[in-house]
Amino acid sequence: MKNNRRTFIKLAGIAAAGLAVAPKAMASSGGHSPVKVNPEAVHAKQWAMVIDTTKVHTEEAIAELSKVCHAIHNVPSIEGKREVKWLWSDEYGHTFPEQENPHLAEEVHHRTYMLLCNHCENPPCVRVCPTKATYKRPDGIVAMDYHRCIGCRYCMAGCPYGSRSFNWGEPRKNLDLSKLNPEFPTRMRGVVEKCNFCVERLAVGKMPACVEASKGAIVFGDLYDPDSEVRKVLREKFTIRRKPSAGTEPCVYYVI
Amino acid sequence: MLELALKGSKRYYGWIAFLLVLIGIGSIAYVNQLMVGLETTGMSRDVSWGFYISQFTYLVGLAASGVMIVLPNYFHSYKTNKHMVIFGEFMAIAACIMCMLFIAVDVGQPTRMLNVMLHPTPNSILFWDMTVLIGYLSLNLLVGWTCLQADRAHLPHPKWLKPFIYISILWAFSIHTVTAFLYQGLPGRHYWLTAILAARFLASAFCSGPAILLLVMMITEKFTSFKMARNAVSTLVKIIMYAMCVNMFFFALEIFTSFYSNIPGHMHPILYLFAHADSGLVTLMWTFLAFAAISITLLVTPQFRNNLKLLPYTLAILVIATWLDKGLGLVIGGFNPTPFETITPYWPTGKELLVSMMVYAIGALIVTVLFKIATSVKKETGDSQLLPCGCSSEDACECDSEEAEAVPAEA
Repeated sequence: MKNNRRTFIKLAGIAAAGLAVAPKAMASSGGHSPVKVNPEAVHAKQWAMVIDTTKVHTEEAIAELSKVCHAIHNVPSIEGKREVKWLWSDEYGHTFPEQENPHLAEEVHHRTYMLLCNHCENPPCVRVCPTKATYKRPDGIVAMDYHRCIGCRYCMAGCPYGSRSFNWGEPRKNLDLSKLNPEFPTRMRGVVEKCNFCVERLAVGKMPACVEASKGAIVFGDLYDPDSEVRKVLREKFTIRRKPSAGTEPCVYYVI
Repeated sequence: MLELALKGSKRYYGWIAFLLVLIGIGSIAYVNQLMVGLETTGMSRDVSWGFYISQFTYLVGLAASGVMIVLPNYFHSYKTNKHMVIFGEFMAIAACIMCMLFIAVDVGQPTRMLNVMLHPTPNSILFWDMTVLIGYLSLNLLVGWTCLQADRAHLPHPKWLKPFIYISILWAFSIHTVTAFLYQGLPGRHYWLTAILAARFLASAFCSGPAILLLVMMITEKFTSFKMARNAVSTLVKIIMYAMCVNMFFFALEIFTSFYSNIPGHMHPILYLFAHADSGLVTLMWTFLAFAAISITLLVTPQFRNNLKLLPYTLAILVIATWLDKGLGLVIGGFNPTPFETITPYWPTGKELLVSMMVYAIGALIVTVLFKIATSVKKETGDSQLLPCGCSSEDACECDSEEAEAVPAEA
C-alpha cells in the first residue's frame, strides 16, 4: 500500500510539473501547427477563376478536364441521380437559368459550359454548416473537413449552384482501387464533397489541374491583386457569373 | 410516478408489445441503412432532404402545439383547460424526441452528431434548432413532471415553477420559428425563401398539433376513465378552426405573390407540385387543397363543429391536409426545380418508410407510457373523470340518473 501511495504521489508530481510546463511549450510554438509552409506555395487573398467559353465549350473537352480532376481527387464515378461530381458540364439554360432569353445568339446558346464550385466570397454553405466542416480559408477557398462532416446535407440545401455531392453509399466501391491517387484521400460514405480549387496543388506551387489541362482556356489567380492574370482578363473581356442575384459573390467567371 | 406505467391491463401490455414489434422491424431497416449508407433512401444529389426531414418539420409543429392549451390556462386563467395541460406537455415531450430521432436517422455520420455541440456554430440555424429543441424538451419534462407530482400529492404547483412555465410558452413559438428559419434563409430555394414561412409554420402547427392531440385524447378516453371537459374541447376546436383559416390564408398569400408578380422562380415550384409533377404527387397536392377546404367548411359551420360524432373525421381530414402540405410538398417543392432548372423526382423508399415507422412507433410508445401515467394520476385524484351520464366531472353537468340511463355513456 505504502509503495502504491508513493508511486501515486510521484506520478501526480510529474503530471503537475507537466501541466505547469505545457502552456509555455504551446506558446513557444506560436499557437500554429508545426507544419512548415512549402516555399514554392502560391498565395492569394481570394483565388478566382475565369473560364473562356469561346475556347472551352464542348462536352468532350470539358469531359477531359473532369477526368483529370476526378482522377487526382479520387472522385467515385456513379451513374444516375446519386452521382458525385466536382467538375462537370451543362447547357446554357441550366448554367445561367436567370440569364437566358429566347433569342440568344445561337452559337452562345449551343455552347456547353463547365461547372464547378464557385468558391463564393459569401458562401451560404459555410453559413449553414453546423459543425464548421465547411469553412472559408484565408485564401478564399471554400474547403471541407471530411472528418468533421456529420452528413446533415444542410450545405447542399444552402448551395444555390448545386455544386455539392453527397456520398449516399460507400464511395470506394465505385473507384478503381488500382488507379487511386495515393497523394489525395478517398472519402467515406455519409459525407459531402466538392471541388477544392486544388488546394493541395496550390500548396506546392502548382496551378489547379483543370487550369493546367485547359491549355490557356481557364485563367486562375488572385481576385484582389490588380496585376493578376485573372484581373487582366476581367478588365478586357465581358464576363458573367452564375446567379449573381443570390448575393454570394461567386469567384468563377465566364467569358462569353 | 413511473410505477404507474407498469400496472396495466393485458390490452395495455399488448399494445406496448405491438409497438415494440414495430420498433424492432423498423430498426432492422435502420441497421441496414447504417451499414450501407443513405442509398437505401429515395434521396438524391438534387433532392438531398426527404421524408425524414419533412417528418421532423411536421413534428416540430406537434411539439409547439401544446402551447394552445397551456397558454389560455396560464396567460388567461382559462382554468377549463387545467386538466388537459399535462397531456399537451407530454405530447410535446414525445414530439421533441421524435424530431431528434428523425434528424439522427437522416445524417450520414450519426456517430459524429456530437460535433454540433463540440464545435458550436452560432451562424448555423441547425445549431439553434438543436438548442431550442433540447431546451423545449427539458422545459416540458420539468414542468409536466413537477405539476403532475404536485397534483398527485394534492399540493398546489410550486411557485418556483412559474418562470419555467412562462418561458416554455414563449419557447414553443421559438422552436417552430427556428425550424422555419432552417428553410427560409436559403438563397436559391424559392419555395422556401419567403418571410411568411415561419408564420405559416406556426399557423399550420396550431391547427394540426391540437387536432392530433384531440384525436389521441379521444382514443385515450376509450381506454381510460378520463373524460375531457366539454368546454375545453370546444375551445380547442375553435382554436383549430382559426389556425387552419389563417394557415390557408397565408398559403393564398404565397399564391398571389408568386403568380401576380409573375416571377418564374416563385411560380415554378408551385406549378411543379400542383401541375407538372408525376400524377401521384399532383393528386396528393390537390387532395391537400380539397381536404383543407372540407375541414374548414366543417369547422366554421357551428352544427358540424359542435357535432362530436363528426369531429374525429373533421380533425383527421385536417391532419391529412396539413401533413400533405408540410410533411410532403414542402421539401419536394423546395428542391424542385433544381438549381439547374431541371426536375429530379423524389419518392421515399420502403426502407425509408420502415425507419420512419420506427421513429413514429417510438413516439407512440412514449405517448402511451406518459399518458398512462397522467390518466392514472387523474383517476387517483378524481379529476376530469367520466360520469355515468357520459359527461366529464369537470362539466357543470345537470344530467340526472334517469337521463343517464336513457343516454348510454359513450364508451
